[in-house]
Amino acid sequence: MTQIALNTLSREAEDITAAYTAAGGDAAVLHNHGLSSLVISGNKVLSANATEGIVFEKKETEHGVDIKLTIKKGYKIPLPVHLCFGIVPKDGLQDIKMDFVAEEDSAVELIAHCTFPNAEKVIHKMDAKMLIGKNASLKYTETHFHGPHGGIQVLPKAHIRIEEGGSYYTNFSLISGRVGYLEFDYSVDAEKDSICEMVSKVYGKADDKIKILERISLNGENARSVIKSRLAITDNAESVFRGITEGHAPGARGHVDCMEVIQGNAKAEAIPVVRVDNPLAKVTHEAAIGCVDKKEVETLMARGLEEDEAIDIIVKGMLA
Amino acid sequence: MRGVNLELGDREIHSIIGANGAGKSTLAYTLMGLQGYEHEEGSIIFNGEDLAALSITERARKGITLAWQEPARFEGLKVRDYLAIGARGNGGITEEEIKEALRKVDLKPEKYINREVGEALSGGERKRIELASIITMKPKLAILDEPDSGIDVVSLKEIVALIQTLKENGSSVLVITHREEIAAASDKASLMCEGMILRSGDPLEISEFFKNRCIPCDNRVSPPKVK
Ligand SMILES: Nc1ncnc2c1ncn2[C@@H]1O[C@H](COP(=O)(O)OP(=O)(O)OP(=O)(O)O)[C@@H](O)[C@H]1O
Ligand SMILES: [Mg+2]
Repeated sequence: MTQIALNTLSREAEDITAAYTAAGGDAAVLHNHGLSSLVISGNKVLSANATEGIVFEKKETEHGVDIKLTIKKGYKIPLPVHLCFGIVPKDGLQDIKMDFVAEEDSAVELIAHCTFPNAEKVIHKMDAKMLIGKNASLKYTETHFHGPHGGIQVLPKAHIRIEEGGSYYTNFSLISGRVGYLEFDYSVDAEKDSICEMVSKVYGKADDKIKILERISLNGENARSVIKSRLAITDNAESVFRGITEGHAPGARGHVDCMEVIQGNAKAEAIPVVRVDNPLAKVTHEAAIGCVDKKEVETLMARGLEEDEAIDIIVKGMLA
Repeated sequence: MRGVNLELGDREIHSIIGANGAGKSTLAYTLMGLQGYEHEEGSIIFNGEDLAALSITERARKGITLAWQEPARFEGLKVRDYLAIGARGNGGITEEEIKEALRKVDLKPEKYINREVGEALSGGERKRIELASIITMKPKLAILDEPDSGIDVVSLKEIVALIQTLKENGSSVLVITHREEIAAASDKASLMCEGMILRSGDPLEISEFFKNRCIPCDNRVSPPKVK
């Protein structure tokens, strides 16, 4: 590698670290060799560190990185694994393919920060295949940090399979900066005695477009799931939420809970779907779209806040 | 509402009593200026100033606040942040002051300060937090809509003590209540019936009158009947 390339690389590392910090990440985490972490800027792996029980395999591709991340059988990783994805320049395509396996009886928490602070023409694609093995557990938090321009497409797509007794908790949040265009598509197959909890929180502004599709198929006995979605949209933003839960086995329990608040000219649509073909399964749903609760607003106004400040606090609370 | 004549002195505790549906909450909302409760006739004067044109926020900044009969649920808002909001107008609040306000409503600060003012709190706990948020605001006029409802009987004394504290700290208190204990601790009381203030005066006398001499009103049609 030439000197120039190295310089470029280190500046890129600095940029993404700065963006990561701005997004709420702790940069020290990425340099701590006692912690596992992976930093990817555009299609470059800037750093990768795996502790015992974790195997990272990565391959840089034309527009992204193919990652295989395995948590070895029986390993309960004590500290969270930090992932950082992003593109610092104003344009670019980042196409991440992720193959994740939590082997039998393993447990891990992944914390991902996705930062696109200057995006004007950026596409961030993520195709993930996740396997949660027997009695294994994955907690996955993905927090996005976007800039003010809205020129970004975020296209995360994942298929998750939870084997017997496994658990999967995920929390997707895109509340700082403009959403741009989001097309979120997660689908889960849940086997016997597994647990799945999917939470998504998005704040859309200006002409942001939000499409969320979450599908859980409870295939095994006593599989349980919750889909919880909190969307706030304002200005001319639009959102469509589809939460589908299917109960196919005895004792399967699922719940879909979607709450959306709209302001300005925003348009929201919520379609919770419950499908049950086993009489001993039970799936419920609730969906509410409305403006911010009047009593909450008036209470904060009666404590001296302006209406706008009150609404802001209520919306942020809902998305917290 | 009609025929509402009410005068509240500085640092006065004034109870409003009356049957369900008499218009007590409506009176509270009208004073606070809530949307849909604007008064059409008459005037509301606070410290010499007519409130008609003032928004809820402006009234609050003049020192008027309201504790709801059924407090709002705030998803994701921490108790500490909620209690700090009312104190913004007084230049903020310290952690210790927040804790002190929680102790005043008999909630253990360490147990509640980081909880959410939302679904996970019981009705009684939310009422207490609502009252704590009034304490931290240090209002000139606190309108309390049934601070006793949903609060266990044992704690009634504490509510009375809390109202006294508000007074000692410089607030006038307009308290809507169905409890004699609270009315008895007031300086004055008024009886409301069918949207009217029927009479005002000594709290014990007003309670007595309400209990023994007020015939249940035949709603809407006839004027209030008195034996
Ligand atoms: N927004 C409204 N629009 C129309 N009618 C209303 C409205 N709010 C209250 N009312 C009616 O006005 C009357 C007085 O209601 P209010 O809530 O003030 O009674 P209250 O004295 O506080 O009763 P309680 O002791 O049950 O709390 C009731 O008949 C009620 O149904
Ligand atoms: Mg009432």
